[in-house]
Amino acid sequence: MTLSPPSRRESGAHPAPEALEPIQEKIRACIQCGTCTASCPNEFAMDLTPRHLWRMVLMGETEAIFASQTFTLCSACYSCTLRCPRGLPLTEAMHDLKQMAYRGRMARYKPSTAFYGHFMDTIRRHGRIRETEFISRYFMTMAPSKPLLPLGYSGLGWRLLRKGKMAIEYPFAAPGKRSLEKVFQKAESMEASE
Amino acid sequence: MSYLYYPGCSLTGTAREYDLATRAVMDAMGVPLTELEEWTCCGASAAEACSELLALALPAINLAIAEKMDGKQDVLVPCSACYLNLKKANETLRQDGKTRERVNSVLAEKELTLKGSVGVRHLLDVLATDLGAETVRRKVKVDLSHLTIAPYYGCQCLRPYAVFDDPEEPRSMEPLIRATGARVHPWQMGAKCCGASHMNTKMEVALELVHAILQAARGADAIVTVCPMCQMNLEAYQDKINRRYGDVSSVTILYLPQLIGMAFGISDEDLGLGLNLAIDDRFLSKHKTAVPA
Repeated sequence: MTLSPPSRRESGAHPAPEALEPIQEKIRACIQCGTCTASCPNEFAMDLTPRHLWRMVLMGETEAIFASQTFTLCSACYSCTLRCPRGLPLTEAMHDLKQMAYRGRMARYKPSTAFYGHFMDTIRRHGRIRETEFISRYFMTMAPSKPLLPLGYSGLGWRLLRKGKMAIEYPFAAPGKRSLEKVFQKAESMEASE
Repeated sequence: MSYLYYPGCSLTGTAREYDLATRAVMDAMGVPLTELEEWTCCGASAAEACSELLALALPAINLAIAEKMDGKQDVLVPCSACYLNLKKANETLRQDGKTRERVNSVLAEKELTLKGSVGVRHLLDVLATDLGAETVRRKVKVDLSHLTIAPYYGCQCLRPYAVFDDPEEPRSMEPLIRATGARVHPWQMGAKCCGASHMNTKMEVALELVHAILQAARGADAIVTVCPMCQMNLEAYQDKINRRYGDVSSVTILYLPQLIGMAFGISDEDLGLGLNLAIDDRFLSKHKTAVPA
């Protein structure tokens, strides 16, 4: 496993049902009441409701889960976690699914995984985020499928630059003194052997 | 009363005014802040979507730095996303010895070890609980009674850890707003989600959520926030939202310590008011009047 941005290697395959076991453990007590769905601010944009997604997870339906965009639409507001009558860590389970999509380099989640991947890569090199570097690299990765994506943010980018809230940065700067390279390498080697 | 201070990445860039205003207001109330030495990114909302171990290790690095500097003072965090990451790592690693060992093996690469001895506090918690509205009121020099303010809490300062307020119907900002002399805008959107990083990856979804918030703020002179991500989502896309829906007008978005600092008579420059992306002229100093003695 590596944490480099997913653009380098993509796959359309979905994981084996056994890969869901740690998530199934967390949500085993789900009673399908739908409180999560009713609490979710992003449910209007989801193809599977959160309740339906948890049912698919418990049934090991990896194909349906990884054909759906539902878990990438979780904005981590924790409303479902707070309200779940069984006290299940649902937001955490959403993170687990996001991590599976990230590790599996699944092409259909590229807008999210490329965004997070480039963010992680930037802090790996510099220890703190460098906004312009991170966003430039993200736009470059997205360019083949969404060449016009930067236009939606160009006005904002200009305002931030003008106010000195963002700096013009060379997107391939060498790692700085706060580099987290060793930390990332250690975490990756531990996760690969677990 | 003093705190260690974790500004987080946003407060050094796109949210510089939140850093300026936080420092200025704490200074005015005589509360020293000591910035964490060589702090690094907490992982934001990216680490949790990529690696479970890094999502704990990245904030834990900063907690370990805090312990090394001073094991007693709480770490004050103004950004809600940073706050949640630090808080979650602290709580998880205090309770789960096995995970703490795993994380400490990662931290060894930076010659750090986490014990779990420091507390993690959100800026709003410190303002509302440790300092309180009365401390704020005593420092007020400028009359803001002509303003109606909508308090916006967002998600991660109170969910899932509802430490200092009700996570569904929070009220902790209201006494602070009233202490500045301003009125509180009554609304139900204070704890609703702004869409967070969907604004970058699924913009239509985030615009829908922000639209509902801006619509409900109608009648308020400003919305105050306690999170750089909420602030940016509410202030930066107002024109786009108005073009799309046609039923919202522009509204001033301030960080809570900016509002408090205005009431203290702190200069626009020291509060970074020139850096806000949505701010009406009425909020700049030439339009303010002093409270009669």
